[in-house]
Amino acid sequence: MVHTANQIALNFASYPHEQAVANVTNHLMSFWEPRMKKQLHEYVAKGGVGLHELVIEAEKRLK
Amino acid sequence: MALIHETDYGTPSRAAETLVTLEIDGQPVTVPAGSSVMRAAVAAGVQVPKLCATDSVEAFGSCRLCLVEVEGRRGTPASCTMLAEPGMKVRTSSPKLSKLRRGMMELYISDHPLDCLTCGANGNCELQDMAGVVGLREVRYGYDGENHFKENVKDNSNPYFSFEPAKCIVCSRCVRACEEVQGTFALTIQGRGFESKVSAGGKPFLDSECVSCGACVQACPTATLIEKSVLVKGQGEHTVLTTCAYCGVGCSFKAEMQGTEVVRMVPFKDGKANHGHSCVKGRFSWGYATHKDRITKPMIRAKITDQWREVTWEEAISHTASEFQRIQAKYGRDSIGGITSSRCTNEETYLVQKLIRAAFGNNNTDTCARVCHSPTGYGLKTTFGTSAGTQDFDSVEQADVIMIIGANPTDAHPVFASQMKRRLREGAKLIIADPRRIDLVKSPHVEAQYHLPLKPGTNVALINALAHVVVTEGLLAEEYIKERCDMPAFELWRKFVSEERNSPEAMEAATGVPAADLRGAARLYATGGNGAIYYGLGVTEHSQGSTMVMGMANLAMATGNIGRVGVGVNPLRGQNNVQGACDMGSFPHEYSGYRHVSDDSTRHLFEGAWGVSLQSEPGLRINNMIDAAIEGTFRGIYIQGEDVAQSDPNTQHITAGLTAMECVVVQDLFLNETAMYAHVFLPGASFLEKDGTFTNAERRISRVRKAIAPMAGMGDWEITQALSNAMGYPMNYTHPSEIMAEIARLTPTFAGVTYEKIDELGSIQWPCNEKAPEGTPVMHIGGFVRGKGNFVITEFIPTDERVTGRFPLILTTGRILTQYNVGAQTARTENNVWHPEDILEIHPLDAEDRGINEGDLVSLTSRAGDTTLKARISERMQPGVVYTTFHHMFTGANVVTTEFADWATGCPEYKVTAVQVALARKISSWQEHYQETRRITTQIAK
Repeated sequence: MVHTANQIALNFASYPHEQAVANVTNHLMSFWEPRMKKQLHEYVAKGGVGLHELVIEAEKRLK
Repeated sequence: MALIHETDYGTPSRAAETLVTLEIDGQPVTVPAGSSVMRAAVAAGVQVPKLCATDSVEAFGSCRLCLVEVEGRRGTPASCTMLAEPGMKVRTSSPKLSKLRRGMMELYISDHPLDCLTCGANGNCELQDMAGVVGLREVRYGYDGENHFKENVKDNSNPYFSFEPAKCIVCSRCVRACEEVQGTFALTIQGRGFESKVSAGGKPFLDSECVSCGACVQACPTATLIEKSVLVKGQGEHTVLTTCAYCGVGCSFKAEMQGTEVVRMVPFKDGKANHGHSCVKGRFSWGYATHKDRITKPMIRAKITDQWREVTWEEAISHTASEFQRIQAKYGRDSIGGITSSRCTNEETYLVQKLIRAAFGNNNTDTCARVCHSPTGYGLKTTFGTSAGTQDFDSVEQADVIMIIGANPTDAHPVFASQMKRRLREGAKLIIADPRRIDLVKSPHVEAQYHLPLKPGTNVALINALAHVVVTEGLLAEEYIKERCDMPAFELWRKFVSEERNSPEAMEAATGVPAADLRGAARLYATGGNGAIYYGLGVTEHSQGSTMVMGMANLAMATGNIGRVGVGVNPLRGQNNVQGACDMGSFPHEYSGYRHVSDDSTRHLFEGAWGVSLQSEPGLRINNMIDAAIEGTFRGIYIQGEDVAQSDPNTQHITAGLTAMECVVVQDLFLNETAMYAHVFLPGASFLEKDGTFTNAERRISRVRKAIAPMAGMGDWEITQALSNAMGYPMNYTHPSEIMAEIARLTPTFAGVTYEKIDELGSIQWPCNEKAPEGTPVMHIGGFVRGKGNFVITEFIPTDERVTGRFPLILTTGRILTQYNVGAQTARTENNVWHPEDILEIHPLDAEDRGINEGDLVSLTSRAGDTTLKARISERMQPGVVYTTFHHMFTGANVVTTEFADWATGCPEYKVTAVQVALARKISSWQEHYQETRRITTQIAK
C-alpha cells in the first residue's frame, strides 16, 4: 500500500504543491475502494512511516 | 444467409475526385479517374472474362482473356491494364474477341488436369467458370504434349492449405497477393517460359517465409492453393457473417458452413477493418471451438482437490447463487465480485457488470483490460477526454510519418500491419521505439528511418526527450495549441520538458538511445507531414504506463497531430473486445461510457433504469480483489472468459488469492488454469456460438453472429442472466439485441447504435448518436471531447524493478504471430507446429557469458519465482535484455513477473522484470508442482 500510494504521489510531485495534493487526493477518491482508503487512514493514524508527504496531505482531505 | 460471393471488380478501386464517363457496350458509366476499363465494365454490370485479375491486387495483364475493343483504336487491349478515359467507347464482346478468348482458354486447358469432378475447387473454380463463359468446347492441342499436370508433386507441409503445382496456371495472383496484400514477399515465380512456377523461395511452404495469412489461397483462381478443410469437406452451402475472436483489429469473416459445420473462414471483402485480408489466426485457427477439451456440462465441487461432478444447469446456477449469498451473509456485501473478459461480447460484459452492481450490490467488477490497456483509458481520457484511440485504421493510408512505440504489429496485429506496410512501401517514413529489433525495423521493402532501441522501462524518458526537441527547436504547432489546448496546462508542460534534464543528451544514459538519433526522430515526426503514433503493450505494461500514454498525447498535441485523418494516437488493442469491455462499464469506478460511479446524475440514471440503489464508491480492481482475498475480506468471484492464473503477474500471488476464496466460479470453454482453483465451472460458448457485438481498436462495433448453437446449451449472456435471477435480481432479456438497446438508452456515445443500423452499415464506430448518426471514424476534429486538450507533466520516474548482481538481466514479454495470449485457443490448433512452446530469446553475448547454446534448457529466475524453458540465441535482443512469450501454460512466464504495476491503473509491469538466466538440468520446482496440481485439480468424476 505504501509503495502504491507513493508511486501516485511521485507522478504528481512535479506540479505546484497545491495542485499536486489535489491531484493525489482526487486520484485516491476516484480509484481506491473504501477498504483501501480505510487501510490508508489506519496506517497514517499509526504514524504513516514511509509515506510520501503528498499522500499524507491527501489523506487528510479524503472522506 | 446463402453463400456470399462478393463482386470481383478485377482491379482495385481508386479514390480520385475526378470522375470519368465512358461507354461499355453502349451503356454509359462513370468511375473515378485511374479506374481500369475492366472495373468500369463491372460497374456497368458487365463481367469481362478474366483469370489473372482480381481486385485485391494491381492489374498484371498476362492472361489475355479480358481483351476488349475500343472504338477508334486498333487492336484488342487488355481491359485490366487499360485505364478508363472520358468518352471512350468499349466493346466487350464480338466474334473476334470470342475467338481470341477461346484460343487462350484452349492453351490453358491443354496444360491443366481435367479432374474437375473430383477437384477440391469444384463449384468454386474460376478456370472452370471461364471455360464456360468463353464457350470452350474442344482443345485442339490435345493432352499428349509437354505439360505440368503429370508431375503431381503436392506440398502439404502447411497444416492448413495445400499447394498442388500441377493445377497452377501461373497467373501470379498468389505472388502478387503475398506482396501487395500481405507484404511478406514469400512467394515468387521461379524459372522462365515453360519452366515458370510458383515457389515459396525454393522451400516447402512450412519452411519458407510464408506467414499463412491465406491471401494467396484466397487469390488462387484454381485448386492450386486450397484450404485442406475444403479438400476434406467440400464447398460451403451458406455463409454466416461474423467477427474474428482474436486481436483488436476485429476482422470481418465469412464463416462458410455446411449445415452446422464450419468449412472455412474467409475474410469478408466489405469488412471495414480488414478489407478482405486476414492472418493465420482468424483465417485458419478456429479448430479449438470443437476441440475435445471443450467442457459442455456444468460442474461443481466442494474443494479444489475434489473431482469435478457434472450437474444440471439448474443445480449449478442455484448452487452458485446460494454460495455467493452465503458468503455475503457471512462476510458482507463487498466480499464478492467478478471479472469480465475482452473475449466476450459487449452484451455479455455489460450484463456481468450489471449483475455485479445490481445483484451483488457492489462495484467489484473489473476486466482483463486491467492487465493490458487500462493505462490507455486513463491517459487518453485525461488528455483528450475520451478513453479510446483517435483514428480508424484506414487513416494510416494518409500518414506521412508513422511512429510505432512498444508494439509489434506484424506479430500481434498482422492485418493492420499489412495495411501499414502498404503505406510504408508508398513512401511514408517510419520511426520505431522498441528494445527489440522487431520485424518492421527492416523487412522486404520496409525499413525504419529510425530505430530507437531504448532500454526497457525508459519510455517516459524517451517521450520527454522527443518533446524536449520539439519545444526547444521551435517545432511546436503554436496556432493549433493556442486554439485547441488548455494554455495554463501547456505552459506548465512546456516549462517542464524544456528543462535540460529532459534533453536527449541528458536522457541518453537512461534510455540508451543515441541523442542524435532521438533528435532526428523528433524532427521527422514534427515536420514530416501527418504524424501518426501507434502503440501497444510495450507502452502500457509499465510502472509508468499511464504517464507514457499521456506523454504521447502531449507530443501529438504539441505538433498538431490530433483531429484529422492521417494522424492520431492509436492504441493497438490486444484482444478483439478490449475497447468494448472497457466501454461497457467493466471497470470498478465507472459505468458504461466512462462515467464515474460517484457522479450522482449518472448513478441515478442507472438506479432508475435498474430499479436498485447503487454504490457511489469505486470497487476493487482485479489485483485488489486478490490482495483482499489473501487478507480475508474477499471470498467469492465470478470470472467470465478470463484466465487470471495464467495471464496475470506473479502467479504464486494470484493462486494464493484464488485458493483463499470460498467460491471461485469460472465460465469458460476449457478447464483453464484458473479453473484449477474453481468450485463451479460453467461451460461457455465460443465466438461461433454467440450473438452479439465486438468493438475493435478503432471503436468499430461489429456484429458477432451465431453460426452454430451453444455446445453447452446456454449462451454466456443467458448464464449470467440465470445467475442474476437466482440471486434475486430479475433479468428478462430474450436476445442480445435487447441488451444493446439498454446500453444505447443509458450510454450517450452508443445512443444511435442498434442491431438494425449495424446490419445496414456493416459496422459503426462510436460515438454514434444524434450528432453522428452513422458513427465517428476520426475523433477530436475541430476540438477535443473534453473541451481543451490537456497537457500533463510526465516526470520520468525509473521503475523500482532494477537489475542487481543477483538478477542482472531484464525480462520483457510479448506475443508471437501464431499464438494468442494464454493459448487457450491457438494452443489447441495446429498452430503449435510453428510455436509448440515458449522460448527465451537471449543476446549472443549474454548467452556466451552463461555458456548457453541454441536450444539449451535454461532457468529463468526473478525475485518472484522461477521456471525453465529453451533458449534461442538472437541478435534481435539488445545485450542485457531477454524476451519470451506467455502462450503455454507449462512455461509459466508469469511465475517470474512481479507485482509492480502502473501507478494510475494497476496495469502490471510485465515488460520489466529483473531476472537471471542459467543453464538448467531439469524443470523448475514450480513446474513440477504445477504438473501434479493440474493432474489433481482437473479430474472429472466418471
